[in-house]
Amino acid sequence: MESATHVIDLVTIEKRLWEEIVMLKKTLLAAVCSVAAFGLGVSQVAADEPIRIGSFLSASGPASFLGDPQRKTLRLYVDRINEEGGVLGRPLEFTYYDDHGASDQARTFARRLIARDRSHIIIGGSTTGATMAAVELIERLEVPFISLAGAVVVVEPVKKWVFKTPETDRMAAEQVFADMQRRGISRIGLISGTGGFGASGRQQSHAVAADYGIEIIEDETYAPDDTDMTPQLTRIRANPEVEAILNFDFGQAPAIVTRNYAALGIDRPLYQSHGVASESYLELAGAAAEGVRLPVSPILVADLLPDDDPQKAPTMAFRETYREAYGETPSAFAGYAYDALMLAVDAIERAGTTDPHAVRDALEQTTDFQGVTGTFNMSPEDHMGLDIETSFRMVEVRNGTWRLIEQD
Amino acid sequence: MFSDFLQFLVTGVTIGATYALVALGFSIIYNASHVINFAQGDFVMIGGMSAVFIIATGVPMPVALLIAVLFGGLVGILLYKGGIEPARDAGVIPLIIITVGAALFLRGVAQVVWGRSYHALPPFSGDEPIRFLGVVVMPQSLWVLGITVLIVAALGYFFTRTMLGKAILATSHNRDAAKLMGINTNMVLLVSFALAGLLGAVAGVIVAPITFTYYEVGVMLGLKGFVAAVLGGLGSFVGAIAGGVILGVTEAMMAGYISSDYKDAVAFVLILLILFFMPSGIFGKGGVERV
Repeated sequence: MESATHVIDLVTIEKRLWEEIVMLKKTLLAAVCSVAAFGLGVSQVAADEPIRIGSFLSASGPASFLGDPQRKTLRLYVDRINEEGGVLGRPLEFTYYDDHGASDQARTFARRLIARDRSHIIIGGSTTGATMAAVELIERLEVPFISLAGAVVVVEPVKKWVFKTPETDRMAAEQVFADMQRRGISRIGLISGTGGFGASGRQQSHAVAADYGIEIIEDETYAPDDTDMTPQLTRIRANPEVEAILNFDFGQAPAIVTRNYAALGIDRPLYQSHGVASESYLELAGAAAEGVRLPVSPILVADLLPDDDPQKAPTMAFRETYREAYGETPSAFAGYAYDALMLAVDAIERAGTTDPHAVRDALEQTTDFQGVTGTFNMSPEDHMGLDIETSFRMVEVRNGTWRLIEQD
Repeated sequence: MFSDFLQFLVTGVTIGATYALVALGFSIIYNASHVINFAQGDFVMIGGMSAVFIIATGVPMPVALLIAVLFGGLVGILLYKGGIEPARDAGVIPLIIITVGAALFLRGVAQVVWGRSYHALPPFSGDEPIRFLGVVVMPQSLWVLGITVLIVAALGYFFTRTMLGKAILATSHNRDAAKLMGINTNMVLLVSFALAGLLGAVAGVIVAPITFTYYEVGVMLGLKGFVAAVLGGLGSFVGAIAGGVILGVTEAMMAGYISSDYKDAVAFVLILLILFFMPSGIFGKGGVERV
């Protein structure tokens, strides 16, 4: 602990040092300018200091499927905002570092963003690991921070300076269980990966199942690299009381589970989590995915949303803009970055300044903000601010594509 | 329930056959050079990934698969020509390190050229599962088993009935003596790497419809194949097959009857036990140190 405090102190010192260097530069500049102004008779010298948005993302490495679209989104929208005149009449300046999915790097970059780049607000941490590695430092140095990581731990317990935009795995589990409840299902088999996402999903599923009158009577796991889950599914199938199966995981494994499930001819419904909400799941699982239900971010089904849905306009606009720039449909992960940037801009505009305390307070007071992930209503108790209704839509795979489930 | 047991067995044997093909690749190169080729798993990746992308260009599937397999052989040859041959006299350990480097290189190139996403190859003969005795078998599993058996038979014929095969065996027993007998030992090494590349690519092509493929698929398959090879006795072809099947079936039974959490652990406990009591593997020839 002692060495950790020591490091923090060094960072504080470094931050002060940079501040002083910058002050010195400014004084010199002001001196030069006033001389020049005096000479030329120009009075307007106050240069518009840019608003510095710092970011660390996993744009390469194992989590690149998260960080890469996020980097593209931030870059795209920072440029667009600048073309439209910036924020508070000041341009945005975007600094970004690639943490390669490594937590220790994330911490180093967070430190650099604060101390050297003097970011006014930090967006980032594509993964929960990267986010949590930087949180302690950010809390200590008091910079508003909007994370793009999924897990509940990021905002629970609430940390003063830390906010996040993605839905949590707990919300996904709740949405799935609510749908099961509507179908009259009460006993289920759970199969999850032992990787971070699957393990956390499994934990949250156990935590909220009872609230929806659901009992998890079979609980199987598999390693993320496994190539055949037939044995685990055979065990679940052998229990006649199982009425539905929930697979909580992301990546390629749920596609294998789906195929094994179809091959075994299991006649009980299969649910997946939001972790597979991508075109690649449909492609890999193929015909086996027919009838599978899962909660997805509104972005994925933007074109299916009814016109009077408050989510329709922002998601369609985001999809079009992104597609125009990069030639591909944005994923839900890109949407998290979009929401984070827009929330930051919104808070700075309301605060009317880049003072960290004012921006933080403004972020916390965000109400009825229409993002592409959902409607945000932040509060001192809730630093994510999403509700289940707007942020997750239950869909069913039909004819190889998503179809909204009419909820009546 | 007996049908459950059969189901686990079918699953295990299918996975085991894949491990066996990778293990065979390890054994062939080990025999010819005493090098453990850590790029063996990446040959599997090369086969699967190139098949996916050749099919995407519109080439008919059987032709595409054939090209992919030949491409695997070519990569094997290039690995030998570019990495192993120039350092031939450096000794076994440097050569092994070169294969580790080659594996990283292949993965890196694949990532740049083919991207990082997962891809599925269409099954060779449909998706309709075959059911008997309450057991479900995917047609692709039968392809995996059938092709593995064919390959083992072909390898058996090659090594016992052809001159080139015998030359490889002779080199594996004593390189200097083989050289004195007029065998071109360089040629033997080249053929071994080509064969290992072909075998890896075949494995990659036949399992891609079941397990999917991506640029790092070779890491896990390579590791399991290596365990299978050591389990059966490095250098023994029968051992490679047996090791692969034992490993695959053990994993499936563990996942089915106890818990998949311990599945990998049991595979490694198994290898520890076998190495304790049979240090050269189940079918390995006991090592004789010549003084």
